[in-house]
Amino acid sequence: MKSKISLVFEKCKKEKRAALITYTVAGDNTQKNSLKILNTISKHADILELGFPHNTPIADGGQIQESSHRALKNGLKLKNVFQIVKKFKKSSPNKPLIMMGYFNLIYQSGENNFLKNCKASGVDGLIIVDLPYPENVNFAYKCKKKSINFIQLLSPTTPKNRMKKIIKDSHDMIYYISMLSTTGGRLKVSPKKILQNYNKIKRINSKKNIVIGFGITNKTIASLKKADGLVVGSQLCKTITNSIKKRLNTAKVLNKMVYNLKKKII
Amino acid sequence: MKIKKGIPLIDQHDKNFMYGGKFGGNFIPETLKKPIDDLTTLFAKLRNDKKFLRERDHYFRSYVGVPTPFIKLEKLSDHLGGAQIYAKVVSEANGGAHKIYNATVHCLIAKRAGKKFIVGDTGAGYAGKMLSMAAKKFGLKCKIFMGAKDIKRQRPNVEAIKKNGATIVPVRTGSQTLVDAVSECMRYWVANNDTTNMCVGSTVGPNIFIKICAWSTAQISRELVKQVKEEFGKIPKKMKLLNCVGGGSSAMGFWNEFMDTDAEFIGIEAGGPKNSKYHAAPLTNGSKIGILHGAAQYVIQDKEGQIGSTESISAGLDYPGISPLHCFLKDTKRARYTSANDEEALKAYQLVSKLENISPSLEPSHAFAEAIKLAPKLKSSDVIIVNSCGDSLKDKDIIKEKLGSYIR
Repeated sequence: MKSKISLVFEKCKKEKRAALITYTVAGDNTQKNSLKILNTISKHADILELGFPHNTPIADGGQIQESSHRALKNGLKLKNVFQIVKKFKKSSPNKPLIMMGYFNLIYQSGENNFLKNCKASGVDGLIIVDLPYPENVNFAYKCKKKSINFIQLLSPTTPKNRMKKIIKDSHDMIYYISMLSTTGGRLKVSPKKILQNYNKIKRINSKKNIVIGFGITNKTIASLKKADGLVVGSQLCKTITNSIKKRLNTAKVLNKMVYNLKKKII
Repeated sequence: MKIKKGIPLIDQHDKNFMYGGKFGGNFIPETLKKPIDDLTTLFAKLRNDKKFLRERDHYFRSYVGVPTPFIKLEKLSDHLGGAQIYAKVVSEANGGAHKIYNATVHCLIAKRAGKKFIVGDTGAGYAGKMLSMAAKKFGLKCKIFMGAKDIKRQRPNVEAIKKNGATIVPVRTGSQTLVDAVSECMRYWVANNDTTNMCVGSTVGPNIFIKICAWSTAQISRELVKQVKEEFGKIPKKMKLLNCVGGGSSAMGFWNEFMDTDAEFIGIEAGGPKNSKYHAAPLTNGSKIGILHGAAQYVIQDKEGQIGSTESISAGLDYPGISPLHCFLKDTKRARYTSANDEEALKAYQLVSKLENISPSLEPSHAFAEAIKLAPKLKSSDVIIVNSCGDSLKDKDIIKEKLGSYIR
């Protein structure tokens, strides 16, 4: 059976457009609000990434750190993250949801227990920032057995032979990090160069769905729309931060932003 | 789990870079895989490169100033009665602490790698001070990440870093101490590894940083083995080597060459303020294994895996994790670990500074506190050696505030 993630990419390819992938942090700024945000933006987003926050992230920039901090300060626990996912999937069962975070939380839960909870709540995929290949081989295999997509990451520093191995071991989606940066950095490489690298990956295996993330905003997204998918994260987190400051309805503000992002790539 | 004889401890890992199958590894973002692989390959080559070793030895002699003194603390031994207490006065090294070894080696490696920039983290400010010193010496541009709380409490070292021409980046996330400085420094390296080398200030982080640091500080015990043999004719049967542990770099260096001898290793962690629930002693207080800064280790954390808050009067020990090498030494029972609290460390500083010609900083004062507890229970044939790996001058402000006056 094809995964929901594959089906989304098939649909987008038919519509000749990139898939729009959003990233928000579970529990930012409250559990209720983050669920509301997911429910609202899922009208426009094709795949939703949901961060499960860690307080010592080694690859996140300021905006996502701030979102994570807010969620944790409000007492968010992993079980709440799964509750949010479960509630979301109840109303949008076919919308793929990918959880993203750091390995220590999985390590403390126990890999099997964590995957059991993923399965029970309807998680479609996982991105684990600090579990690279080949350290992730066992865990990725466990994910596969549970029909959960383990999403491998590639970066501009990944050598070609390593890329080949990672792609060979990948599932339905691969995440290409656009540049040397933490999340939310300014796009310091030209979109042309990013697409060149992207095409290099596509040439290794054109069937794989490759999404590009890091540094993508409403200003840069259109220039990268040839990709299979594009991830916008930090800009959404920053927007949440700003709308909290201005006491605006975060779900409403985000809805508008995601709608505009989508418009730019169709 | 067992330690193998005749093999450097840093090399006793499996193919996944794990010690004892449980500690260490490389839990890092994909972007860092290649720079870390490159550094690993380069270091493997350099540590067997005679020219590089000559270069290291040359700078250790002419720049770091080795060997550092090994002295008997006659008055302290008499005062306490019992064991004979000695100190390895590593604080006599250029810059005033053991951090100079790792900093010098990292700069030499960065030169070989053709990098022009080097970044590092610091807690007590020593790692930052030494890296900025060495960077200046070797013509590298330098950035130091330091928690905002530590910037306030370690002023003398902050001034030294600035004087050496390095940029200090204040870290205002989380607890604003060493743990956040290391995270921020790693994040910076994720974004700039094409032009920049990173120096992790202790035996923590991804495996290669543990290796380079422990390999560098091993200079301490290379000297000490000779000095001990000169003093006693051989390595005494009942000899205890006491060292404070935060990340664990000075202890690794202090113990390394004694690994296959009968010497007893005692690591002293920071117990935090008396009657406080906060501490920085994951080994003493039974913390669980978790992943921090790219490596599996015993780490202070909650049930979920969020890294816990720490507290210690000594900024250099104020870290929730501990080197995977120390976890390995603990589980193999090669070393034992205990803690001293803030008050005990302050008292130890005071007593040693009053009686002797040395004045340990608050980090080694934790080890002296354990020596003060142990010595009276031992015989005069027992030998205690404490690594006095930092000078109290940097803690002048804190000591004045806590004790009312500062002596040195």
